[in-house]
Amino acid sequence: MPDKPKVAFYWCASCGGCEESVVDLAESILDVVAAVDIVMWPVAMDFKKKDVEAMADGSILVSLVNGAVRTSEQEEMAKLMRKKSKLIIAYGSCAHTGGIPGLANQFGREELLRYIYEESPSTVNPQKTRPELKVIANGSTVTLPNFFNIVRALDQVIDVDYYLPGCPPTPKLLKQALEVLLSGKLPEKGAVLAPDIALCDECPKKDTKPSDLKFTEFKRPHWMQIDPKVCLLAQGILCMGPATRGGCEGVCISGNMPCTGCFGPPSRIKDQGAKILSALASQVEAKDEKGIDETLATIPDPVGTFYRYGLPVSLLRRKNFNSTG
Amino acid sequence: MHGNGYNGTVRIGFYICHCGHNIASIVDVKAVAEYIKSLSGVVVSSEYKYMCSDPGQELIQKDIKEHSLNRIIVASCSPLLHEHTFRTAVEKGGLNPYYFQMVNIRENVSWVHTDMKAATEKAKDLARAAVQRVFHHKSLETKHVKIHPDVLIVGGGIAGIHAALTLANAGKKVYLVERDPTIGGHMAMFDKTFPTLDCAACILTPKMSQVKNHPNITLWTYSEVAKVDGYVGNYKISVRRKPRYIIEGLCVGCMDCIEKCVYKEGKTPDEFNLGLSKRKPIYIPFPQATPQIVVIDPETCIEFKSGRCKKTCVEACDRKAIDFQQKEEIKEIEVGTIILTTGYQPFDASRVPFYGYGKYPNVYTSLEVERLVNASGPTGGELILRDGRHPKTVGIIHCVGSRDKNTNRWCSRTCCMYSLKLAHLLKEHTDAEVYNFYIDIRAAGKSYEEFYDKLLDENVHFIRGRVAEVSDWAVRPSEEGKLIIRAEDTLIGIVRRVPVDMVVLAVGMEPQADSQDVRRMFNISCSTEGFFLERHPKLAPVDTFTDGIFIAGCCQGPKDIPDSVAQAGAAAAQALILIDSGEIELEPNTAYVVQEECSGCRTCLTICPFTAISRDEAKQKAFINEALCKGCGTCVAACPSGAIKQNLFEDEMIFSEIDGLLKMESPACC
Amino acid sequence: MPTVEQPKENSWEPRIIAFFCNWCTYTAADLAGVSRLRYAPNARIIRVMCSGRVDPQFILDAFSKGADGVLIGGCHPGDCHYMEGNYKALRRMQLLKRMMKDMGIEEKRFRLEWISASEGERVKTVINEMTDQVRALGPLGLPKKFAEWDKELESLEHEVNGKRDTIHA
Repeated sequence: MPDKPKVAFYWCASCGGCEESVVDLAESILDVVAAVDIVMWPVAMDFKKKDVEAMADGSILVSLVNGAVRTSEQEEMAKLMRKKSKLIIAYGSCAHTGGIPGLANQFGREELLRYIYEESPSTVNPQKTRPELKVIANGSTVTLPNFFNIVRALDQVIDVDYYLPGCPPTPKLLKQALEVLLSGKLPEKGAVLAPDIALCDECPKKDTKPSDLKFTEFKRPHWMQIDPKVCLLAQGILCMGPATRGGCEGVCISGNMPCTGCFGPPSRIKDQGAKILSALASQVEAKDEKGIDETLATIPDPVGTFYRYGLPVSLLRRKNFNSTG
Repeated sequence: MHGNGYNGTVRIGFYICHCGHNIASIVDVKAVAEYIKSLSGVVVSSEYKYMCSDPGQELIQKDIKEHSLNRIIVASCSPLLHEHTFRTAVEKGGLNPYYFQMVNIRENVSWVHTDMKAATEKAKDLARAAVQRVFHHKSLETKHVKIHPDVLIVGGGIAGIHAALTLANAGKKVYLVERDPTIGGHMAMFDKTFPTLDCAACILTPKMSQVKNHPNITLWTYSEVAKVDGYVGNYKISVRRKPRYIIEGLCVGCMDCIEKCVYKEGKTPDEFNLGLSKRKPIYIPFPQATPQIVVIDPETCIEFKSGRCKKTCVEACDRKAIDFQQKEEIKEIEVGTIILTTGYQPFDASRVPFYGYGKYPNVYTSLEVERLVNASGPTGGELILRDGRHPKTVGIIHCVGSRDKNTNRWCSRTCCMYSLKLAHLLKEHTDAEVYNFYIDIRAAGKSYEEFYDKLLDENVHFIRGRVAEVSDWAVRPSEEGKLIIRAEDTLIGIVRRVPVDMVVLAVGMEPQADSQDVRRMFNISCSTEGFFLERHPKLAPVDTFTDGIFIAGCCQGPKDIPDSVAQAGAAAAQALILIDSGEIELEPNTAYVVQEECSGCRTCLTICPFTAISRDEAKQKAFINEALCKGCGTCVAACPSGAIKQNLFEDEMIFSEIDGLLKMESPACC
Repeated sequence: MPTVEQPKENSWEPRIIAFFCNWCTYTAADLAGVSRLRYAPNARIIRVMCSGRVDPQFILDAFSKGADGVLIGGCHPGDCHYMEGNYKALRRMQLLKRMMKDMGIEEKRFRLEWISASEGERVKTVINEMTDQVRALGPLGLPKKFAEWDKELESLEHEVNGKRDTIHA
């Protein structure tokens, strides 16, 4: 019997949701397990780094790596997986576009460390102790990975073959992706394995969006009773759907919550935040600076809203500090 | 991968123009050409003295064939000037004209910078951006739009009249819209015209009646353009016809009604005579008014004010032409081209308080004097001052509201000559001593200087100096009861006090008070002073930046009658070119939706001001009507999923320009 | 403190990308040329038909590629050749400005100006003013910063490659 194709999973800076989404394949996962050999999956199986190191280069058919890259350990593992795999799939928003961890790119490294270890309300650290990268105690050396200056999407660290978007990707997309990969009919390198059209295309509320929308205020979902039948933008709720790739089948919208953009933009867009900003601002009703500002002031956090999942891959990548920050 | 012709390989020809010394003296054209030669895709990179000349254009065409070029870049002047020239040249060379890109290194570089190194670097950056841009260019089809043959002319002064007659005589249908009750404009108010001293009415009124009677001219007086929609070739115009309370088709202009008005004497200042006489509520502006139709002024008519007039006018009209119920009417018309001849307004002399206009009754404006000396004017041509005297000495002050930092900086071009004319007429009418106070005499026109010489021979006095003040403060017995003009005589270097009976202020020309509203309605621009802006000051003096809209006469800037008529003829000719060619080429810079990429989010629908975008309900996608799209690209920038593109301004083109401009690479030649 | 004799470091000059609308500001820039007004050579003009065509992506892209400032020129409110494109530009830029501020890009690096076809003088004033302001702010230099940030990866790359060598050895 020929060897089954080898598949690996790895996680970097992520929440674990992507791992769950694999399990969300439900009984289909049994087909997957039957068809492949899983050679690495830290959350579920007991393989070690040295096991992977021992494998021949390129011997893994495909590694699904989730999470953004924030530490030197993540970088090292990503590079190792790259070396051992024929194909790398950036799995989920964090690997694809930086994800929620990427929002940390609004702050400098020192600012973050100071807050976490010294200033956060639940911290008591009068000595202002910080973790040391290298500690020698009782004759043993313990090293910690380095905390990088910025958060990166996976393809900013290693070469990525495909992307499965979403926070997390839906089981349907994962299943489709695995089927395609195992069938050997590989899509064009660099492809995002989801439809290249914005979410509105498949939005269940599509028909209720008016053609003469003019914004006077953006409302936040918790302020109001949202009409489950009507387009959220039509109700004044900021929805990222028009600038976000579809393929999720509108799961958030069906749950009466606006799209927050986790699938990233369609391929034609360089900067998802700039584009949704342009689309929404264009539709503001006011014509004078004051009126415009008043309407736009109802978007309290433009960066966090427009780049919730994609700050590291945005054109600016990170907040600009005149010092190295 | 870019969908280029010629086996998909981009072969660029780059040409940099010296423009004589205009460019080459500030930009090191050789260095730019050499640098561009080193860039990927560039096959030919040359410099030439005048790219726009025939040999320059032929050079491009020859290279296209010899080197199989499929992209052409010319670095020279502004694309607004010569883009069309080069596109045509490229097309003649056998290449789609939209494979061409122009780099502006004259207006944007050599004419505005002095440092050769910086200018050369900038030129290189701009050229490099173009090189990167043309990789993304595509073959496009030029759009053609049919031209509706009818023409709208706005303003019935001499320019409008002349343009209307020119077009009508060429067999075109013209709508002439005038807001006053009569056509004729300012020229109808003049007495005689310089330098020939023809009587203005004698040469104007035949043209006015021709307009009225011309089968190809629809004349709408007492009317204003209310709305302008559409685009070149296809303008939709709404004209508001104000009620004159007279049924135009019935009135024959017998004026019996005016005679029989319950007002035996006029009580309202007569607009045509600039308030120097009075008119009744029912009136005709002047004897030769065209059309010869009376008008009722509801502000002063008793019937309108109280509803209890005896209406003797109605009784007097045996044709039953008076209709107090008449309502404003909106006429909708379609035209292909528009000529604006909306004229000027005279400078308000009371804005220069030290000249005493409005304070001393015997201070007049030049236009008032035109009426005073006119045989059909308020005094029947007899020069009687407001205080009843006949003037024995007259002072004419030039440049009132012209060449003056405090009011208007421009020269109104006509005041010197009309002041000479008025000096002549005043002398003729009164034999008074006439003093001209001038800054410079500008008599630059055919037979103008000769006219000035003639006036010198007529013993008219000329004092060179700007007048400081007009007052009635006599310091010598000879000044008692006179107006004293105080001015520095700069030729002999003393301050003079000249006592006169009458002061004439030679007021300048200003843009019409509502010129800003008018230009907005017609979507054209104004120059700094507020006169309508021509497309090019020399080469397109009656065109505007909006296709199909032309300007002539004083709405474009101060000018005299011959120049106004010449411009009106030119504007008519420009309109004729469009009408007779039947169609016009439009930039194919319209936007289009790639339907497979469109999510149907409707963002574009809400923002297109031309309703060019609609929704294909069956496909649930946006669709752009190319005929309605004007090519602004606003929807392209707003489309949140990048599904709308704009021809000639695609995202990739602009991104590649940005990249090209900012790429810092050391030139390969060094 | 920068001193006069800084070795080899070329004196830095700000680079400004200017998006000018065809009908007003680009024409005004032509007028500035025809009038031979002299202004700073730091701006590079990109012609678009309308300020409404300026996609916020263009601005961010320009900054990320090394622009120190971005200028947009459009027709005055009410004067847009396309009726309302300039209002759309204004709305976008108001929000973009706020967002860029949050992203640490100084407000003065980005300017939206209404310059009509007749205001050649204003083109000169605005470009000169902006050049001075951006010069005072110093370089934004994002490409350089990106490269600097990525150095932390290169260093590890070295280490990992070294390790790999030992594995193979």
